[in-house]
Amino acid sequence: MIDLKAVREDFPILKRTVNGHPLVYLDSAATSQKPRQVIEAVARFYQETNANVHRGLYQLAAEATDLYEEAREKVARFIGAHPHEVVFTHGTTEALNLVAYSLGEARVGPGDEILVTEMEHHANLIPWQLLAQRKGARLAAIRVTDEGQLDLADLEAKLSPRTKVVAVTHVSNVLGTINPIPRIAALARRVGAAVVVDAAQSVPHMPVSVGELGADFLAFSGHKMLGPTGIGVLWGRKEFLEELPPFLTGGEMIREVWIDRATWNDVPYKFEAGTPPFAQAVGLGTAVDYLTGIGMEEVRQHDLELTTRALEGLLARDYVEVYGPKDPEARGGVVAFNLRGIHPHDVATLLDQEGIAIRAGHHCAQPLHRLLDIPASCRVSFYLYNTPEEVDTFLSALDQVWKAFH
Amino acid sequence: MAPYEELILEHWRNPRNKGSLENPDIDVVEANPLCGDVVRLQLSVKEGTVKDVRFEGQGCAISQAAASLLTEMIKGKTVSELEEMKDEELLSALGGVIKTRLSCALLPLRALRKGLSERGKG
Repeated sequence: MIDLKAVREDFPILKRTVNGHPLVYLDSAATSQKPRQVIEAVARFYQETNANVHRGLYQLAAEATDLYEEAREKVARFIGAHPHEVVFTHGTTEALNLVAYSLGEARVGPGDEILVTEMEHHANLIPWQLLAQRKGARLAAIRVTDEGQLDLADLEAKLSPRTKVVAVTHVSNVLGTINPIPRIAALARRVGAAVVVDAAQSVPHMPVSVGELGADFLAFSGHKMLGPTGIGVLWGRKEFLEELPPFLTGGEMIREVWIDRATWNDVPYKFEAGTPPFAQAVGLGTAVDYLTGIGMEEVRQHDLELTTRALEGLLARDYVEVYGPKDPEARGGVVAFNLRGIHPHDVATLLDQEGIAIRAGHHCAQPLHRLLDIPASCRVSFYLYNTPEEVDTFLSALDQVWKAFH
Repeated sequence: MAPYEELILEHWRNPRNKGSLENPDIDVVEANPLCGDVVRLQLSVKEGTVKDVRFEGQGCAISQAAASLLTEMIKGKTVSELEEMKDEELLSALGGVIKTRLSCALLPLRALRKGLSERGKG
């Protein structure tokens, strides 16, 4: 069990009020709040150790480099990976663009196929669209069932020897669905396709081990897992990272440079052009320490408890339509829904008056909303600092919204 | 639940001038693609004056209530009065709108301006 009182004490923002009410923050799938340990670690870095990494020959730069590399080791341990397979990026979006570009250059040609899913966030869709256009490859999407699950039979039917990439989200940021990555990876491996996983909604919320997933690439963001904005992670299998050409180029990623050519640095540095977000990395390392201290199994159980409570409450209200699996065990801590006949923006604005922050819109998943035949949806998402009482506050505020409109 | 003045909810529940016209002089659609709000405005104009007006649409309460209210405000007005209509007139008629939702409230007015300018060109 998470010691909620102690955890909430660590998050300064939870003490503030919004529109005269205590803040009820139910939008952690968009970005998480930060514990003081992370805020202080970043401040301390700037106050005591700030210098550019991997360059200076002076003490300060050596200390900064050590802290940066220590953060890489922490992140690697967190997902059961080797530090040399951990590339720091500026976020999940950059990480996915990196894979789409570099993997595309190395492995995708005219007539090849790229498989995505109908539930992808735009960040795991647009880079593949552009790659397909650039290379004359074909892009297809694995179907989502009425229950909000990936149709694995459709995946099997669409896989062919021409399939070079299967790009799939681990946890849907709208439906909440936890996709069976090990099974998908095993199917993709049969045809020799690389498996790229958008883990932005999974790594922050549940134990994730790259060994167990069996994928080839995994991308996630620091800011959704208690860390700072501006830092993300791309994990890739070493043999892939070594094979692929670089994405962004410039300083740091090179070994030797002439006017007309250059050679590349070792992985992961080959993919870290320019000054990396090292202060943010230190913050992310501290966030990983914080999550490890709580225990990811505990974090998952807490999410599950809140999701179960929210789902039960929403499903019990006949004016609410819920999207995605009805079984909380099949979900991450994300629930999207609508109030019948009421636009989600109205719901979000009215809840905001009660200090309740929820997301409303298409959540960067327009194809999925088109499939659900709705212009937008409301979404609540939970994290380790949310309480069952907050879920109840949210549910009774929904009743008020419904009443206000009738 | 303050930002929704009773006026907005009342127009949302009982929209005025909802429907379509037979042979409108102005027929215009404007949308906020990001949130899916859509408003279609139809005006019948005789001798420079709005004789009749209808709207259709879907979306949030603010955009639809604003459209309903706007139809009441413009009936009987001259085209030149409409061309000079300021955002503030609609916003204050709505009882004020919070800043995160201004684009919703102003959608029908954008539709009206688009319709007027298309008519001017035609």
